[in-house]
Amino acid sequence: MSSLATVYDLVVAGGLFAATLATLGCAYRVVTGPTVPDRVVALDAVGTCVVAIVVLHALDVGRGFFVLVAVMLAIVGFVTTVVAAKYLTEGDVIE
Amino acid sequence: MIPVALAAVITTAPANGAFVVGATAQATDVAATAVAAVAGTTAGSGTPSPLRLAIVAALVVVGTFFLLVGTLGLLRFPDVYNRMHATSKATTLGAASMFLAGFVRFGPAGAGLASLVGIVSLFLTAPTGAHLISRAARKLGVETYVTGDDD
Repeated sequence: MSSLATVYDLVVAGGLFAATLATLGCAYRVVTGPTVPDRVVALDAVGTCVVAIVVLHALDVGRGFFVLVAVMLAIVGFVTTVVAAKYLTEGDVIE
Repeated sequence: MIPVALAAVITTAPANGAFVVGATAQATDVAATAVAAVAGTTAGSGTPSPLRLAIVAALVVVGTFFLLVGTLGLLRFPDVYNRMHATSKATTLGAASMFLAGFVRFGPAGAGLASLVGIVSLFLTAPTGAHLISRAARKLGVETYVTGDDD
């Protein structure tokens, strides 16, 4: 039981590390994206990776409250993407 | 839990008071551990059962794999539409696998239900957002990558 709990902790810590690497890769694409839609796509991917990091943190500390934080982050990321796409096409968000 | 304790009190009623109290406390302890074993967790957010931990670890490994694959596609594909294809499917599947691990970890009520809501919202919003960005890119005149058109 205790060895399995150790393996579980290691897997969650490794998942956090890999999700951090994925977020940094997406940030690299945000910086060096050739076009503006590239950057928007990369920012959307950064948001998804951060959602995964928050869920992994909830698994790490064993508190389910952070899952609600992850759901809220996913919804805010979607609104951000929609607003960015609308700004790119129409040049204005609220007319 | 309550009927077990009551039965212990009734069966040990003829004995002296101290024994009755001890038997009642022991019965409630046994009943509490039985309920915890059925529910799969000890108390609230304690340590879950080993099978549950193993499933959560497997789902976390799957989610990590898909997150890394999505990021690799975002970094390596030549075109905004290709990159969108990588992130909107692989990365979303990775985050959904993490949410599923949260559902297994926190049970069907409370935070587990919030995990299911998170999966549904991800699967609804990620294709919509990707469609909107790709339409914006098309209207902006971003060229698609043609094979053999390497720079």
